[in-house]
Amino acid sequence: MGGELGSTHHILSVLVENRFGVLSRVAGLFSRRGYNIYSLAVSPTEDERFSRMTIVVDTESAPIEQITKQLNKLVPVVKILELAEADAVEREMLLATVKASAELRSHVTELVSIFEAKILDVGHEAMTIMASGTPGKLDAFSELLAPFGIVELQRTGRIALPKLARRPKARRLRAVSGGS
Amino acid sequence: MKLTGAQALIKSLEMQGTEVVFGIPGGAILPVYDPLIESSIRHVLVRHEQGAGHMAEGYANVTGRPGVAMVTSGPAATNIVTPLCNAYMDSTPLVVITGQVPYQAIGSDAFQEADTVGITMPVTKHNWLVTDAADLPRIIREAFHVATTGRPGPVLVDVPKNVSNQVMDWYWPDSLDLPGYKPTTKGHAKQVKEAVKLMAGAERPVIYAGGGILKARAAEALRALAELIGAPVVTTLMARGAFPDRHEQALGMPGMHGNYTAITAMQRADLLIALGARFDDRVTGKVDGFAPEARVIHVDVDPAELGKVRRPDVPIVGDCRLVIEEMVKATRADRAKRDWPDLSPWWQQVRGWQERFPLRYEQHDDGPLKAQYCVEALRDNTPDDTIVVAGVGQHQMFASQYWHFDHPYTFVNSGGLGTMGFAVPAAVGAKVGRPESMVWAIDGDGCFQMTAQELVTASAERIPVKVAILNNAYLGMVRQWQELFYEERYSEVYLSPDLPDYVKWSEAMGCVAFRVEDPSDVVPTIEKANEVDDRPVVVDFRVDYREKVYPMVPAGATNDDVIVGPEVGEGGR
Ligand SMILES: Cc1ncc(C[n+]2csc(CCOP(=O)(O)OP(=O)(O)O)c2C)c(N)n1
Ligand SMILES: [Mg+2]
Repeated sequence: MGGELGSTHHILSVLVENRFGVLSRVAGLFSRRGYNIYSLAVSPTEDERFSRMTIVVDTESAPIEQITKQLNKLVPVVKILELAEADAVEREMLLATVKASAELRSHVTELVSIFEAKILDVGHEAMTIMASGTPGKLDAFSELLAPFGIVELQRTGRIALPKLARRPKARRLRAVSGGS
Repeated sequence: MKLTGAQALIKSLEMQGTEVVFGIPGGAILPVYDPLIESSIRHVLVRHEQGAGHMAEGYANVTGRPGVAMVTSGPAATNIVTPLCNAYMDSTPLVVITGQVPYQAIGSDAFQEADTVGITMPVTKHNWLVTDAADLPRIIREAFHVATTGRPGPVLVDVPKNVSNQVMDWYWPDSLDLPGYKPTTKGHAKQVKEAVKLMAGAERPVIYAGGGILKARAAEALRALAELIGAPVVTTLMARGAFPDRHEQALGMPGMHGNYTAITAMQRADLLIALGARFDDRVTGKVDGFAPEARVIHVDVDPAELGKVRRPDVPIVGDCRLVIEEMVKATRADRAKRDWPDLSPWWQQVRGWQERFPLRYEQHDDGPLKAQYCVEALRDNTPDDTIVVAGVGQHQMFASQYWHFDHPYTFVNSGGLGTMGFAVPAAVGAKVGRPESMVWAIDGDGCFQMTAQELVTASAERIPVKVAILNNAYLGMVRQWQELFYEERYSEVYLSPDLPDYVKWSEAMGCVAFRVEDPSDVVPTIEKANEVDDRPVVVDFRVDYREKVYPMVPAGATNDDVIVGPEVGEGGR
């Protein structure tokens, strides 16, 4: 879950019909065509007929153009935005259970406050923390937590929307060109 | 009007103009078979669900209308997966209806439950699980729309038994709810101009016509464009018949078993005009070495095909017929303004190849019967517009190479998937779709054994198809590869010429059957077979097992390395 995306990673914001089996159609397309998903997040949108999938794809396996064209052919895929990192606002969430005995606890809570994270649960020997932010910030956070001993860590994968000021710059790939 | 889901389903099929359904009933689809009794729709009762699917494909391929098949849940649904995959690869419009266990039972491993929607997702253009009978008319309308528009393909509608029994208020939807589905049809005018610019400068152009020409009903437009620019035309396995073989500009089939001239013209071309073709590996050979000097104009209705294999200089997304018509107009205008290069040096080269490297084989009067001779004899002793349906293997290649296809929709075969067992049922479906045309399946002995039981269907339903088995007693195509690339180490390819006895077997299935061993009996037997018009006919042609399909571009080689085959007279047999 690297913060800065490698040059072979692209963010696709995919608007899909909120119907039975859509996730499996998308996931199936990636696996049968040999495309790599780096992360995937699905969420409802402002319109209940649609969901938004934020997919980070690795284009080492296939050119991004081919991936978006094939995605566009799925009937429930309505619209695809390809977001360059510079043109998007992105957020991700992290949950981590970190070893924190009584004497180390204050060091951990210090990091928590620097990163504007939250403590969700505290035990004798460990605590569970939530943080959200850009993927890069979360990378830094988990690196700093590592020396304490990470028991478990989960990240949601990024969600992203185009930046408002640069909206026209985001490359829009309309379903029109691919609904066949 | 109150209808059950089953009644609504049948009525929706009628509304879509369905004239025939290929299928076989069972538990989960039982409710739907009841209103079928009163329906105007003809039902053809198949002996295996794979047969239903391939019949629907044969029907769709010769009529241009979607083929419809209906089967029950579980094993029936899995039996029709092969035809769905076949239709997906060859872009054939199919609507397949499957029964499903009651909605409440889904996920419980109920009797004859299979995850049909899940299983068929990768081999359909789209599929639906119906959860409410009220959705049925809309979904059926959407299913036909998706199957037949854009790049055509198979769709599947899975109908749980309780939905079939559920009562609903009948309606016919006046709109579709497919916000993510809007195929592009009209080509971009600027791109068409760019294409004409490239064509206007080409000295060695080749038109590379693919199956999309037939899907788009663009054969006439193709001919207009070809005659206007004067370029040679190759027709892929999926496009045989899209341009008349007897036309002087026709070069025939390119690819792994294409003829030398078609392959080499593409290799030497400075411009490929790819129309509804997809640069399949069987056509290109090793991609890096394919048509190295050519610029490419690529027209296809599926944007994902443009640049998938070869990056085009001018990509045009759109319906082949509409785009080609625009190209014709723009070409006329351009040629009125300036002279285009003289193509006669190019043609001289092409004619030279044709003279030096024709297709060849030798049939001796007293020698073993040759498969190629049987195909030529069939070609020369049947009506001009006979529909040929091929299986998969050497016989398929001989059929494509040696027949002269002069009309669109007269060659049906399994191109993309290469499905043995396709020919017999697809021929039955073709005959149902075009009863006035003579339909000959050209099948292999191996292929025939996979789906022959559909001749029982044909006999029972009085569908008089004709089947030529080119019986070489081998899985011939596999044998050919073992001979050439595995040092003649033959592994599991022998079938026997007379086990089964094809004549007796065919007679048991209600067919008229003949056996031919001697070359002199070929034509008289074909004539006899042609006279039978009230039941299927099968001819068991005992052909030489040693014959191989040439030319051949070995797998992994470039198209510069065509093996034309042994010289006639020295092992040319
Ligand atoms: C369903 C299926 N199984 C296996 C194959 C592999 N295969 C391709 S051609 C062939 C041999 C076909 O034999 P036959 O029908 O006798 O045709 P011939 O090549 O002898 O003309 C085989 C086994 C296939 N294409 N399809
Ligand atoms: Mg054989």
